This record gives sequence, C-alpha cells and structure tokens, in this order.
Amino acid sequence: MAALVLAEHDNASLNAATLHAITAATELRGDIDVLVAGDAVESVANAAAAVPGVTRVLRAEASYLAKPTAENLAATALDALKRGDYTHVVCAATSFGKNVMPRVAATLDVAQISDITAIESADTFVRPIYAGNAFATVRSSDSIKAITVRTTAFDAAPTTGGSALVETISAAPEVTTAKVVAQALTKSERPELTSARVVVSGGRGMASGENFKLLEALADKLHAAIGASRAAVDAGYVPNDYQVGQTGKIVAPDLYVAVGISGAIQHLAGMKDSKVIVAINKDSEAPIFQIADYGLVGDLFQLVPELTRELGS
Amino acid sequence: MKILVSVKRVVDFNVKVRVKVDGSGVDTANVKMSMNPFDEIAVEEAIRLKEKGIATEIVCVSCGTAASQETLRTALALGADRAILVQTDAELQPLAVAKLLTAVVKRETPQLVILGKQAIDDDANQTGQMVAALLEWPQATFASKVEITEGKGKVTREVDGGLETIEVTLPAVVTTDLRLNEPRYATLPNIMKAKKKPLETLTPEALGVDVAPRLATLKVTEPPPRKGGGRVADVKELVAKLRNEAKVLP
Repeated sequence: MAALVLAEHDNASLNAATLHAITAATELRGDIDVLVAGDAVESVANAAAAVPGVTRVLRAEASYLAKPTAENLAATALDALKRGDYTHVVCAATSFGKNVMPRVAATLDVAQISDITAIESADTFVRPIYAGNAFATVRSSDSIKAITVRTTAFDAAPTTGGSALVETISAAPEVTTAKVVAQALTKSERPELTSARVVVSGGRGMASGENFKLLEALADKLHAAIGASRAAVDAGYVPNDYQVGQTGKIVAPDLYVAVGISGAIQHLAGMKDSKVIVAINKDSEAPIFQIADYGLVGDLFQLVPELTRELGS
Repeated sequence: MKILVSVKRVVDFNVKVRVKVDGSGVDTANVKMSMNPFDEIAVEEAIRLKEKGIATEIVCVSCGTAASQETLRTALALGADRAILVQTDAELQPLAVAKLLTAVVKRETPQLVILGKQAIDDDANQTGQMVAALLEWPQATFASKVEITEGKGKVTREVDGGLETIEVTLPAVVTTDLRLNEPRYATLPNIMKAKKKPLETLTPEALGVDVAPRLATLKVTEPPPRKGGGRVADVKELVAKLRNEAKVLP
C-alpha cells in the first residue's frame, strides 16, 4: 500500500490543505510519498519531510513549474507514479487539486473519488453528493485510487516530528499548450477562510461592499475570517474567493456567523458542518434559522455594531 | 469555429432531495429535472461566441437516458444548432462520460468544448478535465471570463486565492463557473423552432466506449442531523450563550 500525495504550495511554503490530505493518506496505513513539484522548492520539500508519517518527499523542479498549469503538474505526477507501486494518489479538494487530479485519473484510466469525507478501507470512501444532502459510500475497483480530500473532514497533520528522505526527481517535459499569464490573489492579514476557527459571513442583506466594513469590525474582535454567500459575490460586494457554498469554499469553523444570509441549500452545503452557527437576519422565516444554533431576528445594521461593541476589547 | 457544449439533465437546484429509506440512493421519482445550471452557463457562452461571429456552429451533446432529449431541446431553443444524444440506461460516471464525449469530439472535431465545471447531483467536478486529458488538449477550468482570439483562448479562472488568467492554445476544453455569464431564457418562438432542429441519437456501443461504472455505490445515507432553530432575544443573550454555553468565544 503506498500513496502519492500531490503537495500544494507557492514555492515558498507548504499550503495547509496538503496537511489535511496527508492525514487522510495516513488512514490508508501504507507508505506516504509527497510530490513537491515547482521552482526552487527546497523549503517546501523540507516542510513536507518534517510531517510525521511521510516516508519520502519527491522534489521535482523546473522553471515552468513556478506557476504550474494542470497539464504540467499532471505530467510530472504521472511520471512520479510510474516510479513506484502506488495504490493511491491523493490531493486536497482545493481549486488546485480539483484542476489536476481528474487529468491524472483519466490518463491512468481510473475513476476519481472527489471530496472524500471518510475512508472506510483502502478501496471504500464516503463522499457528499447533492450539495451534501446525501452521502454516498463508494468502493473503487481500480488498481489505483485517485482521490481528492475534503480538508474540513480530516485534521491537519503536525508540521514537526517527521524525518522523511527528500529525493530529487526529474520534472516531466514542458507542456506548452497552456500557461499562466496573470494572477490576482487576495492578500489579507486575516486567517484563511477554510482553516479559520471563526468565520463571519455576509449575504445579500449587506446591501453593498462598503457595508462589509461592519463585518470586518466584528471579524477583528473575533479574529475571524470573512466569507460571503454567492449573492454577495455576484453583486460585487466582495471578490469570488470569499464565497462559501456548494461550488465555493467548504468551511467547518468552531463558529460561523451568517449575517444577512437567507440560507439557500447551496450556501448551507458549504457551512453546515460548523460547530456553532449564529444567524442574524431580519426575516424570521429565512431558512438559515432552521440550522442556526442561535438565531437573532432583526436589523443587521443595528445588531452587528451592537454585537461588536458587546464583545468588548 | 465549431463549439461542442455538453449538457446534463439533473435534479433541479431548488429541490431538497431525500435519501431513500433502503439507502440505495436518492429519491428522484417525480422530482423536477432541469439542465445543470453550470451547463446553462456553458450553452450561453457558446451562443455569445456565435453572436460575436467567433463560432459558426454550436453542437450540444448529452449522455443519458431518452429523457435527456428534453435538455437537448432546451439547448437548441437557447440557440444551439444541432444536438446529439448518446443514449444509454446504464449508470454513467464521469470517466465514462468523458470517454463518450471524447469519441463525439473525434467525430465532430470542434475547436472548443465547453461544459459546466460540475454537475449539482454528483458534485464530482471531473468530466471536463478528463475529456481534456483523454484528448491531450489543454483545459481552462472554473472560467469566469473567456476571450477567444486567433487559435487561442484567454481565460480568467476563479481559484481559491482569487483569480488566475491562463492562455490556452485551441482546441481546448473550458469548464464554466457561476459568474461567467447570466444565461438567457428560451423564448416561446425559439422553443417551437427547436423542435425542428436536428437531434441525432448515438449509443456507447456505436462509439466503441465501455461505460461500465468503476465505483460501486454501497449505500447512500443522510447527513448527520443538525438541530437548529435556536433563538436569542438580543445581542446580550447571544454573547452570553456563545461565551458560557457554546464556549466558542476567543
């Protein structure tokens, strides 16, 4: 039994999502190799090697892997897979993993099991379907299982204590049919949305991007990340990477505060695993109140500042 | 330039599905079915490219039972020129669909294949990428903006950290994300005209594709129940409960 985990990183540090994928891989109870493919990735490779449970880190470098495309990553991953008898290839179900893994699976002529929330055995997995309104337990009959992992379903592996070997391998030849030409990534001091302990989220009820300042003040008090419903993103109040939902980010914080969010099925899919849910909405019939632990009906423009004040310094 | 758009018939997004008591699946009997919302966006994008004079023909394809003809007629009513139904009653999983679409692509030779990033029933988010891999074409997934120029596509993608713009050489596969466009509605005259547009039926056997599922569904269960409906009267009560009862305040 051996799993190859595809690491996600920015050439400088390992993305936390990979730590959750490694935890999932450890449940398979075999060797775990981590592929770090990029440009000048020594620190990422060392970080991966320090995770307990990792057997080996495969370091593949090339200038064209600095801002990698799915085509280039898949090519290097497929080469890496040929080097050993891997039974599983694993990645976090982030936009990175979702982009790359199906290419790997199809080229290997195997099924992919997307967004797993539990591992029952080496060939049996649980995954959400219908926006998380149902869970399917599926068994794969393929010789290699291609899996993406829902990070909120597995803890992050520790970042110290491991001492894996780092081995350098060749990157696959460059695929030139696709290239990254620009990136516009949000820079924020706040905790990252998918790993934050507290999330404050705004919906259509916020009425404008300006008004999100009210949520920022609340988020400051709570050391929270800020999220949003699809409606708020569509309306241009906040950028797309704030979106929580079936086709956006899946979050499971200790506390989720939904402000001016009605609670459509698709939004719930992204946050209903939160430990505690608070809803603030002026419509007492809003579906969000059905899953909220603490529902407060009223005008958010008064309640949110009041809540911020009440939380003290 | 010919564009191929793949569409899927799925349970309507407004339906709150119920798991069958015997755990064999989700109850879809008598439930409203619609075109996968992301595929509606794909059809819309293809039509806009035709309206801009970039595309000359739009072929829409769907893989599934005979009922998928409804979905194809909708795509035709929206503006597609021709439809292909790959008809089968077999359970189709993404890898099989990708193989069927690849076979259709080889027959039709489009320069662009557009489909939704995921179907809202299985939420797999695989098919487009798999088609691209099988064809050895580049892919541009989760597209929020598509610009086609001479032999190239410039696509802005929604990724976890924000936006990324990539350039792909054509032919390529694009998968659509929510904000790529706002789909139009089919007008009644176009719905009538669509009945006369060509709809060809093929089978997996005719395309030489083995669609046997690789994943066996052992059971389907409901999510753990969540008790909700708790109310607080005011902010003071909320803070007190969060602090003392839920113990989630930092």
